[in-house]
Amino acid sequence: MKKRKERIDRGIKVRSSDIFALLSWREMLYLGAPRILPVVVCLVLPLVLGPYWQKVLLSVAVVALLAISWDILAQTGMVSLGQALFFGVGAYCAGAMNHYWNLSPFLTLPLATIMGAVICTLLLLPVLRLRGIYFSMVTLIIPLILVRVIEATKIFGGTEGLSGMTPLPSKWIELYLVLAVLLCVLFGFRRIMDSDYGLVLKGINDNDRSVINAGINIYWFKAQSLFFAGAIGSFSGAFMTHVYMFVGMPVFALDYSILPIAAAVVGGPGTLAGATLGAFILVPLSEALRGFGGLRIVFYGVFLVIFIVVLPEGIFHYIQRKYHQIERWVGVEK
Amino acid sequence: MTTSPILQTTGLSKNFGGVRALHNVSFDLRPGELLGVIGPNGSGKTTLVNLITRFVKPSSGTVTFKGKKISHLPPYKIVRLGIARTFQMVKPFYHLPAYKNMIIPLYSPRMKQLAGGKYGDRDAVALDLLEEVGFERDAHVAYKAAGALPQGYLKRLELAKAIALQPDLFILDELFSGLSLAEVASIVPIIEKLRMAGKAIIMIEHRLKELFRIADRIIVMNYGEKIADGSAAEVMESEAVKRAYLGAEDE
Repeated sequence: MKKRKERIDRGIKVRSSDIFALLSWREMLYLGAPRILPVVVCLVLPLVLGPYWQKVLLSVAVVALLAISWDILAQTGMVSLGQALFFGVGAYCAGAMNHYWNLSPFLTLPLATIMGAVICTLLLLPVLRLRGIYFSMVTLIIPLILVRVIEATKIFGGTEGLSGMTPLPSKWIELYLVLAVLLCVLFGFRRIMDSDYGLVLKGINDNDRSVINAGINIYWFKAQSLFFAGAIGSFSGAFMTHVYMFVGMPVFALDYSILPIAAAVVGGPGTLAGATLGAFILVPLSEALRGFGGLRIVFYGVFLVIFIVVLPEGIFHYIQRKYHQIERWVGVEK
Repeated sequence: MTTSPILQTTGLSKNFGGVRALHNVSFDLRPGELLGVIGPNGSGKTTLVNLITRFVKPSSGTVTFKGKKISHLPPYKIVRLGIARTFQMVKPFYHLPAYKNMIIPLYSPRMKQLAGGKYGDRDAVALDLLEEVGFERDAHVAYKAAGALPQGYLKRLELAKAIALQPDLFILDELFSGLSLAEVASIVPIIEKLRMAGKAIIMIEHRLKELFRIADRIIVMNYGEKIADGSAAEVMESEAVKRAYLGAEDE
């Protein structure tokens, strides 16, 4: 029998875009696999990794959250160079509440998430009018200012920081909490960005005049996007405070601003999933290169350049395209 | 005419640094009236629109819409009062299907006001509106990426985005530019239908022949000033207009 190749995604897309009229379990699997796979990975990874790599997994999740937070802002037309601001504000909120009022981590985490988001939104509210590189400059500067303020006024323990935070009850709770939050944020915000509401946010990035021209107050929508990004960033900061049992000036370090951007760019911006994937590649890579000592950062940099040159669209976009192009052999009807 | 004006501008002026883009422009517009604004390049036509919709802040002068001063309001609030404009440079979301481009105007708070707090099924409304401006319902054209559409459809999409807001005043900035005669001929009935429905319309145009056929009144701009105001025949007879378009003989 003669055979030809046929792409398997087209029929499935047509049948699943409106009402569900899928033909088989295989078709369900085609749609479900990309969604089930990350969930399974997040469930299994903590079980198979040793204690050292479990710690690495924690920073993977935190960088992934920061990268998602960066990506949400970028999709709304605000390129931030200061994810450290969100991270640091969340970290200090949780740290201060735990240190001064002795609140349990299960209270400080949600409270710091919301407080941090409010503080970050208010801090950046005056510069929402700025676009492009001007907005980026301000986000870069604010964490640096906050570091000096803490140093000079000696609030929150000054240069010493605050230590002796209550840790989370066990490392399993730590791991599964942060991974669960990561999955919820990833799938939740992917859904939001695909909705009509998300379209308005993306419209602000594409052509803000056309959005204003629809009678929409773009600053209100930008503030909402800032709040979401701030909440995600603040959660990751608050979480790390309880993991390290310490909060100090390093939370405003440039690493927390640069690493998420690298993750989002390498993984593929504009999808949130790309940002997550980027974190899952870059952070372990950085750890694996530790053996090279002083040359580590050189190799790391070379890898970054290779990723960006070979796959400028981002790894996720590449995988997504290939997944949609999967073909199967079918008999040719005569 | 007996009806009171829906839009009134008095002494509208704008200076960009030392450049006098618009100087002391006053006119009024009644519901159901189609006003054409013409003038050579750089004569301040688009600046006039930008001042009315407040994308640019006037240096002096006021704009009154439905008896209410609007020149201090931010642009998005002006849209909510019922002024919708199209842009000279059509800039849709190229990667999205045409009907998805309609989602943003349909998300507008003005829609929510008009629909009594509900947004409804935006995709269905978008397809209805596109059909109104000539996207055939059963063809694939409304589902095509906006980037793949010819200029004529992009202009219609731009018009549909304005119609979606159900405004009382349309400002159409060079809607006909870059279109073939056939494309213009297919858009004219849509505009006439809007006028019959009692909408006030301002059209900025370089396609004078087509404009004169449908406009009730013409304003001619030159060097930021209004140099003539009247019916098409009147303004073309005016000496000032002849000088602006053809150059004076003694120059």
